[in-house]
Amino acid sequence: MSSRRIFARPARLGAITPYFWMLLFFLVPFGFVLKISLSQTAIAQPPYLPVFDLTQGAAAFKAALAALSLDNFRLLVSDNLYVFSYLRSLVVAVVATAILLVIGYPIAYGMARLPQRWQPIAMMLVIVPFWTSFLIRIYAWINILQHDGLLNQMLLSLHLVSVPVVWLSTDSAMYVGIVYSYLPFMILPLFATLAKMEPALEEAASDLGASPLKVFWLITFPLSLPGVAAGILLCFIPIVGEFVIPDLLAGSNSLMIGQTLWLEFFTNKDWPVASAAAIVLLVLLVVPLVLYDRLQRAQLEEAR
Amino acid sequence: MAEQLPKFDAAAEPVGPEPQLAAADIPLLRIERVVKKFGAFRAVDGVSLDIHAGEFFALLGPSGCGKTTLLRMLAGFESPDEGRILLNGKDIANVLPHERPVNMMFQNYALFPHLSVRDNIAFGLKRAGMARSEIDARVAEMVALVKLEGLEKRKPDNLSGGQKQRVALARSLARRPQMLLLDEPLAALDKKLRESTQFELMELQRRLGLTFVIVTHDQEEAMTVAGRIGVMDSGRLDQVASPRELYEAPHSRWIAEFVGDINLFDGEIEAREHHRLTIATRDAGTVVVAEPRQGISKTIVSVAIRPEKVKLSRLGPAPDATASQAINRLEGMITDVSYLGALTTYKVRLDSGATLRSSMANTAQIDIDAYNLSQRVVAWFTPDDCLVLEQ
Repeated sequence: MSSRRIFARPARLGAITPYFWMLLFFLVPFGFVLKISLSQTAIAQPPYLPVFDLTQGAAAFKAALAALSLDNFRLLVSDNLYVFSYLRSLVVAVVATAILLVIGYPIAYGMARLPQRWQPIAMMLVIVPFWTSFLIRIYAWINILQHDGLLNQMLLSLHLVSVPVVWLSTDSAMYVGIVYSYLPFMILPLFATLAKMEPALEEAASDLGASPLKVFWLITFPLSLPGVAAGILLCFIPIVGEFVIPDLLAGSNSLMIGQTLWLEFFTNKDWPVASAAAIVLLVLLVVPLVLYDRLQRAQLEEAR
Repeated sequence: MAEQLPKFDAAAEPVGPEPQLAAADIPLLRIERVVKKFGAFRAVDGVSLDIHAGEFFALLGPSGCGKTTLLRMLAGFESPDEGRILLNGKDIANVLPHERPVNMMFQNYALFPHLSVRDNIAFGLKRAGMARSEIDARVAEMVALVKLEGLEKRKPDNLSGGQKQRVALARSLARRPQMLLLDEPLAALDKKLRESTQFELMELQRRLGLTFVIVTHDQEEAMTVAGRIGVMDSGRLDQVASPRELYEAPHSRWIAEFVGDINLFDGEIEAREHHRLTIATRDAGTVVVAEPRQGISKTIVSVAIRPEKVKLSRLGPAPDATASQAINRLEGMITDVSYLGALTTYKVRLDSGATLRSSMANTAQIDIDAYNLSQRVVAWFTPDDCLVLEQ
């Protein structure tokens, strides 16, 4: 009884802290962005109107509130530039995530089948690129992919091509960069799921007459689905908003939403439109996430 | 690619546990000098063994003795480094696990967590390419056999330990294997459930006429279920015998101690006449024992007596002590009494300082036969109650 009371307060505090953190560093800034997205651009400091100022009295506050509008969101829907940016972001993220899954799954599977003592070393090898700055690694790719870069030199010396291939500023270069950068985020959750799977399950399937291929499709893969889902989420969401890799490696004729957003914010100084674009992006990502979460919960309930 | 599964006929005539010798006298399973090494460690070290169709065979041994490795070689999960494994006279070294007519029940059941009870049981049948209607019929039959009616749609996570054990059993029996391998199948159950399940396993094996090979570290379990027991230690098969033989005539001191309780006294043979050995022991004085049938070659031996064969009586002449029959009498004091319900076990400190254990059945409701702590008693046993083991 008394011991429970001693523990109750710190435990409750511990439970509240993350929410407090979210409130302070996510919800409050989100409120700012939402407000700016409803404002109009202006040549002023800050570069939008209206500005809420409580010192001007209630009437001014009311007027400012009335000046908010959904114009920026209407612009996003009506202007093809934005619609295409969103579509391109989604397409790039879907394609890149699919490639990541196809490459990452066999690697994670192989790692999970290594003898116990080799597994930490394999893990290290996956994580080791993080020791170098992300930006430097992307610049390294520019070096490799450029006109007289390592890749073309190699292809020429092997007589696979007679003239250097244009790699840089293409979608291929962008996919190479994205897949390279996000591969650990795909491998690690898959590895975690596969490594903790009971080996006896695969043996039991094999014992009951399943060929190795059937064992994989009927037992291993279905049981690794939580890892697959985690890997997909960890890659898909940040890739949709990716800015640096397409900016450095892809061509400039079609932009991902991250690049469009950057242009609006820094080049056009149109904070309200940039904010609206950011909010739409968030909704596009959060809604499927929430639906997925609901679905999973429903399945769990059903299983009980 | 449909593989032909044997017809499953639960209503078949009961087949006795006695080995049914095939026409050419080929055992169902023959293990020939099998060795399995893990690095420098010889997990299985030259095991030879025949198992006949219809037998319930137990591999008994402490953990790490190689019994599970041997079982995994039969299932095909490990391959022998030396020796041969013959099933129906054919070497199965190159037969992959999924192609062997052998099924295994795994220690922690290894039920597929994403499949229902029904789909777990049907898994092996689907792989064999059985027709849907046949699968449904066979699953229903297996469900009835292990009394799981009404739970077909449940997932393994929503079953009790006993229910999981039944699903695992039904799944491994569904394909009607020539041989069922059971790896510590009852280890996860509580004592009461384990005992009732042991009898169900025996009943099932007899009714289906299948060959069961069970691996266990529990000697009581092995003795309860199996017709023959193979005792393993450090990768070797030390003795293969019926439960009674194993208990009453163990081959070695190690087996005598591993299977049941036993009192051991080291000594030297002083005389042998009329099939009686007179052995001078350090702790129990001179003991007269029956000479074992296979004879004894060494003179330094151990005398072994099971506790239930050591009788106690109050001070005075031992009962039935006739001149013609030597009775071993040891005097001492009771230092420990454990009442276990059906039995009471006593520890007697002999005058030499050594401890002798005795257990007596509690046949009367009142404790007229009971002895108290610190009471002086005579412990006695006949020469035929003793074993002589070479050290």
